[in-house]
Order: sequence, then structure tokens, then C-alpha cells
Amino acid sequence: MPVLTVVQAINKALSEEMSKDESIVLLGEDIGVNGGVFRATEGLYQTFGSNRVIDTPLTESGIIGIAMGMSLYGLKPVAEIQFLDFIYPAFDLIVNELAKFRYRTGGHYTAHMVIRAPCGGGIKGGMYHSQSSETYFIHTAGLKVVMPSSSYDAKGLLIAAIRDDDPVIFLEPKRLYRSIKGEVPEGDYAVQLGRASVLTEGEDVSLFTYGAMVHVALEAAKKAGEKGISVEVVDLRTLSPLDFDAMVTSVKKTGRVVIVHEAPRTLGLGAEISAIISEKAFLHLEAPIARVTGYDTPYHYSLEEVYLPNVEKVLKTVEKTASF
Amino acid sequence: MSSGVLQVVNQEGKFDPKLDPDLPQSELHKLYRTMIYTRVFDNRMIALQRQGRMSFYAPCVGEEAAHVGSAYALKPEDWLFPQYREQGAMILRGIPLEQLVSSLFGNRNDVCKGRNFANAWGDRSLNIVNSSAPVGTQIPLAVGAAMAAKYKGDKIVTLAYFGDGSTSSGYFHVGLTFASVFKAPTIFFCKNNQYAVSVPTQRQLGSENIAVKAAGYGMEGVQVDGNDILAVYRVTKDAVERARNGEGPTLIEAITYRIGPHSTSDDPSRYRSQEEVESWKRKDPIKRLRLYLENRGLWGEKEEADLWKEAEDMVSEAVRKAEAAPLPTVESMFEDVYKEMSTALKEQLQDALTFHEWG
Ligand SMILES: Cc1ncc(C[n+]2csc(CCOP(=O)(O)OP(=O)(O)O)c2C)c(N)n1
Repeated sequence: MPVLTVVQAINKALSEEMSKDESIVLLGEDIGVNGGVFRATEGLYQTFGSNRVIDTPLTESGIIGIAMGMSLYGLKPVAEIQFLDFIYPAFDLIVNELAKFRYRTGGHYTAHMVIRAPCGGGIKGGMYHSQSSETYFIHTAGLKVVMPSSSYDAKGLLIAAIRDDDPVIFLEPKRLYRSIKGEVPEGDYAVQLGRASVLTEGEDVSLFTYGAMVHVALEAAKKAGEKGISVEVVDLRTLSPLDFDAMVTSVKKTGRVVIVHEAPRTLGLGAEISAIISEKAFLHLEAPIARVTGYDTPYHYSLEEVYLPNVEKVLKTVEKTASF
Repeated sequence: MSSGVLQVVNQEGKFDPKLDPDLPQSELHKLYRTMIYTRVFDNRMIALQRQGRMSFYAPCVGEEAAHVGSAYALKPEDWLFPQYREQGAMILRGIPLEQLVSSLFGNRNDVCKGRNFANAWGDRSLNIVNSSAPVGTQIPLAVGAAMAAKYKGDKIVTLAYFGDGSTSSGYFHVGLTFASVFKAPTIFFCKNNQYAVSVPTQRQLGSENIAVKAAGYGMEGVQVDGNDILAVYRVTKDAVERARNGEGPTLIEAITYRIGPHSTSDDPSRYRSQEEVESWKRKDPIKRLRLYLENRGLWGEKEEADLWKEAEDMVSEAVRKAEAAPLPTVESMFEDVYKEMSTALKEQLQDALTFHEWG
């Protein structure tokens, strides 16, 4: 099986789906001739032409509004926002139009489209090239939100997102684009949206996480294992809708929960997960639910190592939770 | 240059005496010095990035005349809203080189406490509002500040810099709408450097050029040879005078070229030819002013050599000092989120201090 980086896997998903379905078009800044600033669309302009791989004017509200209009007329656009940090000019269209189209038209019109955006930190990009703002979208009824952590999932989830009848915000941890490689099957497969994945089975502590933090969590779990603490790492993969069953099943087994995300703490996904577990598995809990998250400051440029959760922070928190 | 594009000095350094603003020698030297300092600064920052001593940089090589000439038309009390590629305007207005470098390193000496990624310069004492990365956001801010100045009866103008790509941003249109409706004393200064990263200007507009867009908003629009610093100064000075006299805003399109990459992460060979770059190198704005000065007998070999040496030394000194400064403190990361630190942030600061000690 070919070994691909995350960004190559994304590229494969796009090119394979585009070959199968002519209604798929791509829109974004620098995605055509240049192949995308992260090269996610490398070669697609050459293969599919400028009608299907559209280098747009520099306006995110334009990209999203135009893509949405195209989707109303039957195309399946995949829009790229160069960095998630630059999506806000389109926020009105996403929250007030994209998310509500199906609902407010009684299901008569829907927007079948995907918005891809590199997200998160770890590349020394400062506050405008590092934000983890998934909460805004998770908080908005009508949007699905996905974030892969591996090459396999990146391809499979993106294929599922492109085929999904609801609008999907597909967030790509940019730090993983080239740093993570993995086996990716050739051809058609989809990873079902709304399903978490248990990456390591464990008995003592459940570690719920997603995106780039999955790799921090796995490393911490390994170190905890060396100290005799058995950690179950659960990669949520789809952030909306959340996989309640996977979380509850894991908590029933371990009774202890640590949640890791690099998004800021206040109203980060950890807050919601914690509430869900309290509601659905309270009697199984043996320790307070703990969170390791980014801080409630803008993302810092030169102190990004301080800002981000790291293996030490996760490990200490796991130990504390395990010994409670 | 096509007709309608103001030019004072041509590529050979020949100039039209009727259009020449006839600046005194000391002022011409100041403009020339600023451009040389800017070029040296740019080249050094790129070198630092290539050597792995700096994470990222966006150079302005080739565009010096456009921003230095326009910034020069302002008074110190006028407000500047930069984009990120106006190094020379920062230097001209008086931001010390060491401050520019400290900002790029994000060190403890940085006036913004090391929080910003690349080219986010500004200085409140010099009426330069710190730029931020999201494209176009500075444009309505410049208009709002101009409206506030008008409200207060202050005779100042504001100038917003932006690129050709930024004219597609909604903020550009919002800014022009308000400025024309309220006759705000704002200069919209577009540096048309032919590209927004890889996307050529033609992808940003269906109109003949950028300046014509002004007509749709009922304001003056002018095109100028952006590599001719005297022409840039002239059109900006006229716009500033109109704004100061209550005659409202102007859109200026300075035609120039980004000789370097969009940033140190960019590979321009993917989207433009070397011949194209070479043809623009021949229109170098620094060479243009030098020829003009020489033609007027105001500059010579000796001055030229001395100036480059001086600029190299000053930039080296700034880099030396900035590189020696430590990183910001962990505490400083939690400051300025609000005026007073919230309870949550106080707790999180303790958490960061604990974990940072282990690191
Ligand atoms: C809202 C927004 N979208 C995308 C980007 C990424 N980006 C940074 S600079 C740039 C091109 C800007 O082009 P232009 O305004 O012409 O200025 P130039 O860089 O050519 O000086 C892009 C797309 C951004 N910073 N902000």
C-alpha cells in the first residue's frame, strides 16, 4: 500500500473524487497554478483545468458565497480557505446561510459543499496562522465539522465529506501535513462521519482528543504505559456530530477522563465532552474530568511552545487523574 | 508606461522639469537613503531566514519607491495604516531598525512583546497603526480614524496601504463607500505589484485597472508609476492636499512589481517567468532615483559606496542587538488580553509557569 503524507492523502481524495464526479469543483486562493500554498491541490489544475480548479479573487466571503450559489444549482464545490484564520469574512454566509439553508427552506434547498481549511498551530505562524476556532462551527447547528489526524483518515474522511449531503467544515491540522505519513489504500474508501476511533485500548484513563493533539496524546499514553498506567486514546475525528457512544463506552471501562485540545479552554470542545460525560456516565466516573488545552489568550508567536499542550502536560495530567 | 499613468522620471533617469517636484537636495538624499536602507534591510532579513535564524519574512524589494514616496507626502501627525510590505515607510517615519528586527524575532525588546508573526510593525508614537495579517482589515479602520479626526476638527489625513489582491476584499469596498459618503480625509494607496501570492492582478478585477474603480464611488482615482518615487510623491501630495482641504478621499494605484517572493515560504518560479522578473528589475526604483540624482549632479560614486556601507553597518548592529535579546517572559503571554487579567487567565498563568519549568 502506498505511504502518503497527510497532504498527499488529501490531494488523492480530491483527485479521485473529481475523476468520478464532474459536479465537483474546487475554489480558493492560489489553489490552481500554484497548487495551493500547502500544495494540497498540486497537479489538479493541470489535470482538471481552470473551470474545475478555480483560482479565485482574494475574498473569502466571495469564495464561500459563490461556492454556496454553485451548490444550490447542483454542483458540489470544495472551497479552500487558505488558513482557517482568514475564514471570518465569510462567517456571516457560513452561519446565516450555509448552516441554515436546509432548515429554513423546509429541506427544499441544501448546500452540498465542503470547506477545507488548514488549522491549528505548531508551525511558528503566530496568531493569524495558527488559530483553532472549531468551536464556532461546532456551535452552529447545520454544519458538520471534521478533523483528521492521519493520512488514512484524511483521505477517507474527505471522501465522506465530499459525498455528504450536508455542508462540512473539513479542518486540516497544518502541522501534520508533512510530518505525518501513513499507508493509504488506492481507490475508493470512505471513513464514516460521526464515528470516533479507538487508537489504543486501555483500562485506566480515557484520553479524548483530535487533530494534531492525537500524536501528543499517543506519545503521552506510551510514556504513561511505561509507568504502569493503561491509557485508551480515542480520536474523535468528527467534532460535530460527536460520537456519544464511543465516549460513553470508553468511560464505562476506565472511569477516568482527560481531554486534550489545542483550542482555547473556554467553551472549547472539552467543555462539551465533559458535560456529555457528566450527563451520560456520571456514575461510572472515579475522578474529576481533566482538560489540557490551549490557553485563553490569542495564539502567541514566540512562546508557542508554552501555549500549546505538550507531552509533559498531558502525561502529568494523566498521572494525576489516574491516582485520584 | 501607458498614458494616464503619471511618470516624472523615466527608466533612463530623464525627467520632465514641468512635473519635477523640485525637492531640495537634502530631502532627495533622505528619500534615497531610506530606499537603500530598506533594500539592505530586506536582503539581510531574507538571509537570516535562509540561515534559520528567523522563521519567516515578506520582502518589499522593488516596491520601495511606492511606499517611501507616498509616506513622505504625509506629515508626522497624519495616520498611517500599513499592510505588511511597507518596510521603507516604517523606516522613513522613524521606527528604529532594531525595533523592526526585534518584532521579527518576537523577542523581549519588541514593543509588542513578541506576540506577532512577521511584518506586523507599528508605533503609536509615530501614528502608525500596527498591521495585522488578515488582508484588507486596515482599510475601513483608516476611514473611521479619518472620520473621527474630522469630527474632532483635527486637520489630519489617514493613509491605508494595500495590495492589488486586497481590492477584492469586501473591506476595500466598505472603506471606499464610507469614505465617499462621508468625504473622509483618507488616501487609499494600492501598491499594484502584479501578484497576490501566485494570483495575477487580472484575476482580481474585470475593470480596466484599479484606479477606475474610484469613479464608481464618486472619488478621484489616479494611476502612477510606482517605481518613480517623485511621481508617487507628487500624486500622493495632491491627494493629501485635497483631503486636508475637505475635498474627500482619493484612490491611488501605484504600478510596481514584487521582485522577491511573496514571502520566504513562496516559490515564484511556479507561477511567473524569470524573464518577467528581469524585465522589472530593469525598472528598479532605486536605480531610477540614482540616475535622476546623478543627472542633476547631486550624487556620486563615493556617496553611493559610503551609503551602502553605512546601511549595512546599521542593519548589522540592529540584528546583533535584537538577536541577543531573550524571549518574552511566560507572564507576558497572559498580559493585555484584557486590561485586568481575568480569574481564568490568572489560573492559566500558574499552570503555564508550572509546566514551563519542566520544559
Ligand atoms: C483575509 C486573508 N486571506 C488570505 C490571506 C493570505 N494571504 C496573505 S497575503 C496574500 C496576498 C495579498 O496580496 P496583495 O493584497 O496584492 O498584497 P501583496 O502581498 O501582493 O503585497 C494572501 C492571499 C490573508 N492574509 N488574509
